[in-house]
Amino acid sequence: MSTAVASDITPHNRGGVKNRLSRTAIYVALIVWAFICLFPLYWTASTSIKPREAVLQGPKYLPWVDFQPDNKGWFPLLYEPGQRANFLRHFQNTLVVSLAAALLAVALGSLAAYGLSRYRYRYGPYDNKQIRNFFLAQLILPPAAIALPILLMFVNLGLKDTREGLVLIYTVMNLPIVIWIMFDQFNSIPSELEQAAQVDGSSIWGAFLRIVLPIAAPGLVAAYILTVVLCWNEYFIALVLASTNAVTLPFLIAGQVSSQGIKWWTMAALTCAAIAPLAIIGIFLERYIVKGLTAGSVK
Amino acid sequence: MSDTALQPTIVRPTSGSRSWHDLARLAARASLIITIAVVLIQVLRTMGVIDFGFASWRPVAIVVLLWFIIYDVAHYITGGVRGQQLLFLLPALQITLSLVIFPTLFGLAVAFTEWDIGGISGPAFNGLENFRRMASDERFWGALGNNFKYVIVAVPFQYVVAFIVALLLNQQIRAQKFFRVAFLLPFMISPVAVGWMVGRSILDANRGVVPKLLASVGIDRVSFFDQPVPAFLGIVAMDSWIAIPFMMVMLLAGLQALPVEVFEAAQIDGASGWKRFWDITFPLMLPVSLTAIVLRVIFEFKLVDVVRVVTAGGPGGATDTLSLYIYREGVESGNVGYATAIAMVFLVVVLVSVTMLLMFAGRRVRDVVY
Repeated sequence: MSTAVASDITPHNRGGVKNRLSRTAIYVALIVWAFICLFPLYWTASTSIKPREAVLQGPKYLPWVDFQPDNKGWFPLLYEPGQRANFLRHFQNTLVVSLAAALLAVALGSLAAYGLSRYRYRYGPYDNKQIRNFFLAQLILPPAAIALPILLMFVNLGLKDTREGLVLIYTVMNLPIVIWIMFDQFNSIPSELEQAAQVDGSSIWGAFLRIVLPIAAPGLVAAYILTVVLCWNEYFIALVLASTNAVTLPFLIAGQVSSQGIKWWTMAALTCAAIAPLAIIGIFLERYIVKGLTAGSVK
Repeated sequence: MSDTALQPTIVRPTSGSRSWHDLARLAARASLIITIAVVLIQVLRTMGVIDFGFASWRPVAIVVLLWFIIYDVAHYITGGVRGQQLLFLLPALQITLSLVIFPTLFGLAVAFTEWDIGGISGPAFNGLENFRRMASDERFWGALGNNFKYVIVAVPFQYVVAFIVALLLNQQIRAQKFFRVAFLLPFMISPVAVGWMVGRSILDANRGVVPKLLASVGIDRVSFFDQPVPAFLGIVAMDSWIAIPFMMVMLLAGLQALPVEVFEAAQIDGASGWKRFWDITFPLMLPVSLTAIVLRVIFEFKLVDVVRVVTAGGPGGATDTLSLYIYREGVESGNVGYATAIAMVFLVVVLVSVTMLLMFAGRRVRDVVY
C-alpha cells in the first residue's frame, strides 16, 4: 500500500531494491486476487468436460494431465432434443425478460430522471428532492418484503408465472438504479443546449429526443447493460412468481437435482452456457458496467 | 431551467387544437369516473355486498392502466408546457405506485389475516395474532439475527478487501485492463451459479478444492455446510466473492478522483507511504467509502440466493435469512398471512436500520441515497 501512492506520482522514481520488492509484492497480490476471481470460472468450465470419476474422486484440475476430458457434460445440452429444448426455453425466457424489463426501466427511469434534473415539480408538500428520494429509497426495499403481496395480486390478475409479470416486477425493481445513473448523467449535460433548441422552435420533448438523448447515450447504454445483468441473474422474485412457464436460467441451475444425485458434468455445462453471455458482456463492455456502478458516487 | 416550470401555462391558440383540448379533457374526466366506478363495484363485490362485477381483478387492472394512459396523454395535450414537463415524471410515478406502493399497502392488510394460499377459504382477519406468533417464533428471531450478523461480519470484510484491491489497481501496473476485467467478473455471475459451483463443488467436503487445501495445512475434515460456524463463513465467503467487485469499482473511482497535488506536497514533506495513506488517502476517501458501505449494507439485507441454493438456511438455521424464511413460510408452506406479516416487520427493520446508518454517516454520504 505504501508505494501505492508514491508510484502514482513519480512512476520512474528510485529503482532501488526496496522499490523493486514492493512492486513485486503488488504484482503477487494482483495475481493472487485474479486467481481467486477466475478460479471458480475455470473450475466450472473444466468440470463440464470431466468424466464421472474425475469429479467423484476428489479435485482434479488439468485436462489431459489429471483427467481425460469427455463430452458427457455437454452432450445432453447439444444433442438430446428434450434437454436442449428445455435449456433453450429457459434461455429464451431469461433473454426476453431481461431485455424487455431493462428497456422499460431505462425508458421510464430516464424520462423521470430528465424531468427531475430539469424541471420543478410539486405534489403537496413534496418537491423534486423528495420525489427523487422516493424513487432512490426503493433501493432499500428488500424484494422479499413485497414479493408475497405481488404474488397474491398476480395470481388474481393472471400474471403469475408469465413473462409479462416478471418484466413488470423487474422494471420497478430496477427503476431506482436507472434514475440514479441517469439523473447524474443528465445533470452533467448543460441545459443551455435544449434552451437553444427551444428558442429555435423545438418543443420540450423534441429537444429532449433530438438533442439530449444522443448526448446521454453512454449513460443510457451503461444503465441498460447494468439492468440487463441484474435481471439476468435475478432469482428470488422468479422463484416466487414462476413455476413452469416463465422459468429463467437461475431457476434451471438451482433445480438440477435428480434422483441419481447431481450430475456435476451436466450441471457445469449448463452453468457455463448460462453465464457465458454475461461473462462476454463483462469482458467487452466492462467500462459501461463500471460507469453504471460509479454513477453518482464520485463527483 | 427550472424557471420555465414557474411560467404560466401557455396554451397555443391554434384553431384546430381547441377541439382536441376539449376532447382530451373530456376523455380524462370520463376515464377517471369509469375507473372509480369499476374499482368501487369490484371492491363491493369482493366484500360480498353485491353479487355482480368481474370474476377477477384483471379487467379492473386494465381499466386503471387505460386511465393512466389517457391521463398522461390528456396532460400532454391540454397542459401546455407544464403538461409536457409533467409527462416526463408521470409514467415512472404511476408504475411505482401500482407495483410498489399499492402492494406494500395491500401487504399491510394481508399481515393482519390468516390466509392459506392453498386453501379455499381465502383470507380471514385475525388481528394481531400473526405478530404474537412472531414474538415467540425462534426461527424468525434466528433469521433476523442472522441478517444483522451477515451485515456486521461480511460488509467490513468486503470493504477492507475491496479497498486493498482498489489500491492495487490504482497503481501504474502492466495488464491493467486484464486485471480490471478479471476483478469485475464475479459481479457478473449469477449468485445461483456461484452457490452451485463454489458452494457445493469447490467447498464440498469430499470432492472440493478448499477442504483439501485446508487438510494439507492441518485443518482436517472441514465439512463446511454441516456445522454452523463454517457454514456461515462459507456463505459470507461466497457473498463476498460476488460483492467485492462492486465495492472495488466504487472505491477505485474514488481513488482516481483524488487530487494529485496533495500527495505531491506530502511526498515533499517526506511522509511515509503508510502515514500518507492514513493522513490523506483514507480521510479523503471517507465519503466514497461510506457510500459504498451504505449500499452494501442495503444489499446485504437482501441476501438470499446463495443461502437458498447452498444450505437452504441450515444447519439448524445457522445461515437462514429473513428473505428465505419469508419464502419458505409464504410460498412453500402457503401461510401467506403470517409470511406477509414477517415481510412487513422486515421492511420496517430494514428501513429503520438504514435510516439510522445514514444519520450516523450523515452528510458525508454524498447526497446519494437520501
